[in-house]
Amino acid sequence: MDKQFLVDCDFLSPAALAHKHRLEQNPDCRTDHMVYLPGMERLNSDICAQVIGQMQDFTDSDYTARDVQAALAHEVCTPTDFQALLSSAAEPFLEEMARRAQWETSRHFGNTVYLFTPLYIANYCENYCVYCGFNCYNQIKRLRLERPQLEQEMQVIAASGMEEILLLTGESRAYSDLEYIGEACRLARQYFRLVGIEIYPVNTDEYRYLHECGVDYVTVFQETYDSERYAQLHLQGPKRVWPYRFEAQERALRAGMRGVTCSALLGLADFRRDALASALHVYYLQRQYPQAEFSLSCPRLRPIVNNAKISSSGLGERQLCQILCAYRIFLPYVGITVSSRESAAFRDGIVKIAATKVSAGVSTGIGDHTHKYHAAEGMQPSGDEQFAIADGRSLPQVASAIADAGLQPVLNDYIYV
Amino acid sequence: MQNRAEDKLLIGSRAFNSRFILGSGKYSLELIKAAVERAGAEIITLAVRRTNTQEQANILDYIPEGVVLLPNTSGARNADEAVRIARLARELGCGDFVKIEIMRDSKYLLPDNQETLRATEILAGEGFVVLPYMHPDLNVARDLQNAGAAAVMPLAAPIGSNKGLAAREFIQILIDEIDLPVIVDAGIGRPSQACEAMEMGAAAVMVNTALATAGNLPLMAAAFRQAVCAGRQAYLSGLGRVLSRGAAASDPLTGFLHD
Repeated sequence: MDKQFLVDCDFLSPAALAHKHRLEQNPDCRTDHMVYLPGMERLNSDICAQVIGQMQDFTDSDYTARDVQAALAHEVCTPTDFQALLSSAAEPFLEEMARRAQWETSRHFGNTVYLFTPLYIANYCENYCVYCGFNCYNQIKRLRLERPQLEQEMQVIAASGMEEILLLTGESRAYSDLEYIGEACRLARQYFRLVGIEIYPVNTDEYRYLHECGVDYVTVFQETYDSERYAQLHLQGPKRVWPYRFEAQERALRAGMRGVTCSALLGLADFRRDALASALHVYYLQRQYPQAEFSLSCPRLRPIVNNAKISSSGLGERQLCQILCAYRIFLPYVGITVSSRESAAFRDGIVKIAATKVSAGVSTGIGDHTHKYHAAEGMQPSGDEQFAIADGRSLPQVASAIADAGLQPVLNDYIYV
Repeated sequence: MQNRAEDKLLIGSRAFNSRFILGSGKYSLELIKAAVERAGAEIITLAVRRTNTQEQANILDYIPEGVVLLPNTSGARNADEAVRIARLARELGCGDFVKIEIMRDSKYLLPDNQETLRATEILAGEGFVVLPYMHPDLNVARDLQNAGAAAVMPLAAPIGSNKGLAAREFIQILIDEIDLPVIVDAGIGRPSQACEAMEMGAAAVMVNTALATAGNLPLMAAAFRQAVCAGRQAYLSGLGRVLSRGAAASDPLTGFLHD
């Protein structure tokens, strides 16, 4: 077990603590992560088999400099070429990859860089994912924004000029039920042009309901595509069911959503394999749902409240840059989002090469925006954040950095039809 | 041969001197004005979804007066969505021109001819001046004409590919057979390719990515302007002995026939 993840908090009762330790120490106490829980929809889809089959066949040491050169020489990057570009053998070719990636980005997106902000509306969670600040055994301030606070947060963000919002919750159907999320989305539609969600995975009919509430983009991070590793990190709760999570994007698209975002949380498992599977997930989804829009994200592990030791060791900025260049060369038409988990310097650099969307004015706590902009006595306390961010710049600051790079910051390129 | 002074591009009830249509996506708003001026463009396309913004710097503010807006339905995945976006464009004050773009494929952004035809029928019926972006298919082009399209806009190559006239033979067929202006759209990567399309008899060309990705955008706009003019003049002058197949004998082979 990865000891750096495990932290015991004072608030737990002896019984809860004992249960937590059993989960951590004895795999037999955990449920089968491959078995769907009652009520979870099952799809008849072969995308998972394709993605995971290819991921398992990938061996980093199989690739040589020659494979990388061949991949860069090909006009169309095949899945095999992509594997070469992700491999260690490609590390010496990073500058060449960056140049090719920049060319592809400019061909498909011109000079535009899109901006958005996430809004965390609730941090209750019923899962025990050992690396996450929201996990149910972590002692944090829990909060769910009710309508007046929600509206206030949205007003503050909208007043900053932001037009695209991503609503996030912890994964708790009990505390953040679908109706609550749907209402938040309807409210968000009044203030923003584009509403995306990053919530617990739901069934197709539930995604359809959210789509009717104004949502058009769904982000679900698989965390890791290595299901065995996933089982070691997600010890309890509905999120433990790995295949139901894998099929979330497909359910969302069947429900009529315009686009989906895939990613692993890089650093939890072999990052090259997870990057490979993330991109293949998009690649095979696109073949099945060609009308949909796709994005890739690239979150790396970050420290959380009560555990500053968590990090994505072994996956540095050079490796992250390599992954993003490989993504761009393999999937030139796909949006690439880089969040405020990364530093200002990295984000300013990567938008010139591969990224097409960045967040700005980010708070990952609950109800933080109002505090940040209008700190005042006697205000409602805010809930704790999911992870520590590295780039706290405001919308005007990020937009002007993009413009200084000769690129065009774009707040909206979307129409709900 | 037409007199150059009368050589206007006619679309709907409008006449244009310029045969270079400018795309406005993919580059900074400040450059739009310069691009329009240097390109001498009189028509500029505009994604309705990009004008759907509260942003202070609205793209509409950057388009010089006298330039006709050609709003496009980018983002539409079927005819119904295209129709809704076109109506919204009209409400936004973008005029009656509309370029129909319907994509059911986010990877190559290829137009869906069937849905495009359906949208053309509806929008032409509502009085729009409809310019459909399409695959160069002769049967569909004829149907679009019958449906009331004001021009057809066949793609030369995959959008953004800068590959030039990959669909050359099929575009030539449209030029030869269709009585509407044929505006070559998508894939034109350099002025020489625009020139070639004009030499073939295209009524106009549309360019976006080739400008957006140029090192000096206004200068490239000027280069396209000259290339389009050169190609048009070559077409009007009647290209001389440039044959793509066979050879031309200087003396007729059948000159011996006397009766």
